[in-house]
Amino acid sequence: MKTPKFYDEPGPRTQRVLLGWSFPIGALVAIAAAYVLFQLNAKGQLDPRNWSILLNADLAGLLLEGLINTLKVAAVSIALSIVFGVLLAVGRLSPNPWVTRFTAVWIEFFRGLPLLILIFFIYLGAPSVGLPVDTFWSLVIGITLYTSASLGDIIRAGVGALPKGQTEAAMAIGLPRTKILRLILVPQGVRIMSPSLISQLVILVKETSLGFIVGYTELLRNGRSAVEFLGSEYALPVYVAVAAIYLVINLTLSQIARYLDKEGSPVRKTVGKTKTLQPID
Amino acid sequence: MDVLIRNWDLIWHGFVETLALVSLSFICALALGTAVAILRVSPMPLARGLGTVYVEIVRNVPAVVVFFFTVFVLPQLGISLPYFTLALIALTVYYGSFFAEAVRSGFNAVPTGQIEAGRALGLRLSKIMTKVVLPQAFRNIIPPVINVFIAMAKVSAIAGAFGVGELFHSLNILVDREPQSVLMVLTIIALLYLVITVPAGYVASVVERKVAYAR
Repeated sequence: MKTPKFYDEPGPRTQRVLLGWSFPIGALVAIAAAYVLFQLNAKGQLDPRNWSILLNADLAGLLLEGLINTLKVAAVSIALSIVFGVLLAVGRLSPNPWVTRFTAVWIEFFRGLPLLILIFFIYLGAPSVGLPVDTFWSLVIGITLYTSASLGDIIRAGVGALPKGQTEAAMAIGLPRTKILRLILVPQGVRIMSPSLISQLVILVKETSLGFIVGYTELLRNGRSAVEFLGSEYALPVYVAVAAIYLVINLTLSQIARYLDKEGSPVRKTVGKTKTLQPID
Repeated sequence: MDVLIRNWDLIWHGFVETLALVSLSFICALALGTAVAILRVSPMPLARGLGTVYVEIVRNVPAVVVFFFTVFVLPQLGISLPYFTLALIALTVYYGSFFAEAVRSGFNAVPTGQIEAGRALGLRLSKIMTKVVLPQAFRNIIPPVINVFIAMAKVSAIAGAFGVGELFHSLNILVDREPQSVLMVLTIIALLYLVITVPAGYVASVVERKVAYAR
């Protein structure tokens, strides 16, 4: 829903007034930016020799390797999270009260913990019970536990928004519960909540950067290693490049999400309203 | 259990530090987010553009990268601050964007007719904002705001990796000190985080139900 206009359309005089104010404010922003750039320059941060490091093939290779590792973690985690998310949603909707309660507690538990703690739990905890686990899998399992709980909650909310008549009609024609879920409820629930689901997946890609803290050689980690190897005067160019790569990936994913949302979902206004459960991280 | 008793100081200090960091950045980020949301609906295209650019960039970059920039780049600008303040700035900047979106959705929820009535009465943007929109918008967005608070409590753990002596940092020290009881240590720290997030989540659902009733 578009935000309603808080102001009447500016007439010619107001437009001139607004333009008049734009200059001082624009000047202030430009001065602040100029100050930042000046300070950076004084410390030699803007030296073109430093920034040309970005053209270095080795650095590009290192960052690319980091990017591929990031995408590997993201892909595996997304696949596993979707599978377990659907399972959790189904469990939450089960007629068996024990299953419902257990799943609800599971979801609350894994959504209430910091992702970083989850990852460390697996990274440090699994070896102490004898299971060797490397940084990749602790990252993937941690992210999957967390994201599947989120997805499960979102899908459950989506299924809950469906009219009860559908379930009742399906039961009336004798469909068993699994078929009802599989053929009717879950597909529609997923379709209603697809914006929120895809938002959560975009957040997942961002969360892979936590691998940096456990030492997994993902994008940010490789950037940091590069800076440590090359010297701290290359810090700013490298980190700006890393940030730019993340920006590009996430903006692309968001655009894909918006496109899928428009093209993919059938415009059926009778199937309940789309809930704007914006996941936040 | 003696693990808990022996290291109580460290654990408690970490817990208090986490609470302090999260509460302070919550207030600052909420203020920043409200300001940005107002910018985004103001008549001046420049203000709208600045607000949108800020939100789009910060929301699409991981929190860890925002921490990186704050902790490593700010000192380069000649500003040297303690780690706690740097983490505060990072969290405020990062979550300011989420609050901006939340407050803007709160604006959407205020009935359009009220805003149009304000314009018909000749009220300026500032008056419409303060007298009509903000009071109602804040009431509407309490559940999402609490959800962002929960997210902040969780992401504050990252600050521990950047030098702040909060709960995650305590975890790392404890694991070194007590290598035998790693699982116990992890469980204690996890429970302490749950102490912060689960009641907040409960409050959010209670408020959500009450607001839904009032409609």
